[in-house]
Amino acid sequence: MTPQASLLGRITDYANRADPYPLYEELRKTPVLHEEEGGPYVVSSYYDILSLLHDPRISSDAANLTAAGDDELSGPEATGLPPSFIRLDPPEHDRLRRIANSSFGPPHRPRRIDSMREDLGRIVTELIDGFGDAQQVDIVDQFAYPFPVTVICRLLGVPREDEPRFRTWVDPLVASLDPDTRRTADADFQRIARESRMQLGMYLAGLVEQRTKEPRDDMLSDLAASHGPDGSMSMMEVLSTAVLLLIAGHETTVNLITNGMLTLLRHPEILRRLREDAGLSVTIVEELLRYEPPVQLVPQRTCIADIELHGVTIPKGSRIWLVLGAGNRDPERFQDPDRFDPDRGDIQHLGFGSGIHSCFGAALARLETQLALAELARRLDNPRLLEDPPPYRQNAVLRGPRHLLVGIDGVRS
Amino acid sequence: MPAEEFHEWLRREGRIVIVGASLAGLRAAETLRAEGFAGSLTMIGDEPYEPYDRPPLSKAVLLGKASPDHTELPRRREIDATWRLGVAATGLDMAAKRVRVADGDEVPYDRLLIATGVRARPWPKEDEAQLDGVFVLRTRDDAVRLQRRMKAPPRRVFVIGAGFTGSEIASACRDQGIEVTVAERADAPLVGALGGVIGTVAAELQRDNGVDLRTGVMVTGLEGDSTGRVRAAHLSDGSTVETDVVVVSLGATRNTDWLAGSGLGAGPRGIACDAGCRAFDFRGIVTDDIYVAGDVARSPHPLFGYQFLSLEHWGNAVAQAEVAAHNMISAGADRRPHLWVPAFWSSQFGVNIKSVGVPSLGDEIMITQGSLAERRFVGVYGYQGRVIAAVSFDNTRWLEFYQRMIETGAPFPVDFPTVDRRPEGRKPVPADFPDPSLPTHGPTVTLSGYSPADRHLVFTPARH
Repeated sequence: MTPQASLLGRITDYANRADPYPLYEELRKTPVLHEEEGGPYVVSSYYDILSLLHDPRISSDAANLTAAGDDELSGPEATGLPPSFIRLDPPEHDRLRRIANSSFGPPHRPRRIDSMREDLGRIVTELIDGFGDAQQVDIVDQFAYPFPVTVICRLLGVPREDEPRFRTWVDPLVASLDPDTRRTADADFQRIARESRMQLGMYLAGLVEQRTKEPRDDMLSDLAASHGPDGSMSMMEVLSTAVLLLIAGHETTVNLITNGMLTLLRHPEILRRLREDAGLSVTIVEELLRYEPPVQLVPQRTCIADIELHGVTIPKGSRIWLVLGAGNRDPERFQDPDRFDPDRGDIQHLGFGSGIHSCFGAALARLETQLALAELARRLDNPRLLEDPPPYRQNAVLRGPRHLLVGIDGVRS
Repeated sequence: MPAEEFHEWLRREGRIVIVGASLAGLRAAETLRAEGFAGSLTMIGDEPYEPYDRPPLSKAVLLGKASPDHTELPRRREIDATWRLGVAATGLDMAAKRVRVADGDEVPYDRLLIATGVRARPWPKEDEAQLDGVFVLRTRDDAVRLQRRMKAPPRRVFVIGAGFTGSEIASACRDQGIEVTVAERADAPLVGALGGVIGTVAAELQRDNGVDLRTGVMVTGLEGDSTGRVRAAHLSDGSTVETDVVVVSLGATRNTDWLAGSGLGAGPRGIACDAGCRAFDFRGIVTDDIYVAGDVARSPHPLFGYQFLSLEHWGNAVAQAEVAAHNMISAGADRRPHLWVPAFWSSQFGVNIKSVGVPSLGDEIMITQGSLAERRFVGVYGYQGRVIAAVSFDNTRWLEFYQRMIETGAPFPVDFPTVDRRPEGRKPVPADFPDPSLPTHGPTVTLSGYSPADRHLVFTPARH
């Protein structure tokens, strides 16, 4: 990137991935940033983001996008799969999310997540035991990635040993969410992303077919059967939902756990307190979701009417980016926003979004991360960062370290 | 003593008395301590229990999912108060700054907070109200008694009044397979609060769930058997319903009787106060040592034409208590106004109902999202060309947007498209509220300002 590069260009530029926050501060100076014809309208203040997340003139359906810039990934004709509910508006969104939720959360399954607590604890223990007597561990490869993958596989009913198979499809899909990758992507890349989604769908179709015949206590079985007041999902809807849950169920949590460990290592006093009091993990995770949220921005919103915001008219059909990472550090909303402080009483973060698309798996992500950080804090002996900043993943949307090398003196029992 | 010194002294060693040991009273006490009040704090409550939460009483408790003995309100902090529970306040001497209590004692104060709330309006015919099997539902004791009877189970429950509480009770009955009849004077449930358009949806919701809903009727009498147990209810259409449990849900009465003759501006509509929660005396002069919060308060609101609003809303009780507590120990410029946007929720027949603003002030409604037929929608109420309220059925997450429209006085009818707007929502229709001079069970927001047309008052100017 040249020094004259646009602010948005610098934000999505990989070179600034490790610390985008000074750029966000600059971004907030222009409440509605629109740098180029056909480009997105970028919103970065807390209250504006919150209000747009609840604004019924804002659509998540790519069909409403008339501005330049393609969004082929959700197109049913391109992938053979209909868009998942994250890319739909009501009433379709509501129906699908409700059916999915009936096998996941309250009121139908209020204890599903909490009942996994012991199971999650066991997985965490096994993974940490697996560090053996190493003096150095990669928190990402050895812990933060395998943990949520194992959990989401178990929850959905996807065989854990198939991970290497679906990994080859998930990676290009996740990469395709990254605006920077997208801008430079060639036709080949687009094709690979589309095919990956289809392959992943077909793989899951095989599992769903099995579960239709022999239901088990997992979400694929529930989705395939999907009874309840809203009727059932079509086979294609089941597959789209399963693809969504499989990817969103771990790609974000990996980053939340890793960002968490990184932040704790940068704040040894809080790490020490967590070691002594596992209960502190609850507020630590909330503050993390504010301070280092895994989803930095939501690039998939379109307005279906002209919307005026701070004197700027965002024309109907334009793309809107909501920069959650910037809103979370808005000094208009949070005192001393750049300080990591789990003791702040007021942590109403945007880390899980808000409104009808607020994170479906929030309860699971919270529990996973609380257990993970508390156990890492308790069991790692004298952990220290070996590389700061660590190397980051390419993605500007789903942001987190690709590796997190931590030196330890051993693992406590 | 200059004002500043006085407030310092007050915070250090003043005496604060809170009458009403429920949600508003507790949150006020906690706020006082949180803001550094170190003086003596006395909590007076007529019920023998520490503060408990009421919304579960007509929902989870009736369903047997929660015990009425375990709905204590979570504590935010220690309040280090002298508790006088099970003792009602019986009088107020404003000049001597003392609260009289039922055991004959008098409690002196430097600052008084009145948060006595409301009580259930009983069945007006006293001998019928005494029948075994006739209940109201407001307190924890009420809930214990009713729940015990519901376990039997009764052959049929008869609910008088289809406001929010009555409808929630009906819902709890149906959930447990208990036959229930609901009688409502208006043409549909919830009309007092939400109007006839939404009332029609609520009526269908009840009937589809097996409620025997009778609308446009009054209950003319309850009949007992020879042992004094209720056995039937008689309706104005000549019909009779056999029942063994009657729940009277006719709304609430404000607990201000004890203030009669005190000189405070208190009456059946509540206690008038300014936006800073300071009570008015009966001459309309604001006091500076008596504050009001919660259901019993009525205060002017600029968003709603400075009309006095009384709100029976959980969130309002909390917010108003916090403002009152803050203002009680703060001097002039540090005081804050309580300008809460009314917000209310209910859960019945598996539907989440939420409203913001003051629906009963609206004269027209537009369904801006979803559809009435699906019972998932957002309805927006208009009043004189602006958005005044919104209601959602299973669509709560959008309401923040509409709340902002209310706060900013956005124009009505709303002409922009929204996701999920259906053809039926393109035009406003009359919201169809009943004539306010014919009260039903009562909405949970009451516009209690006196209009010039209100001839109940006789104005007699005093001569000096």
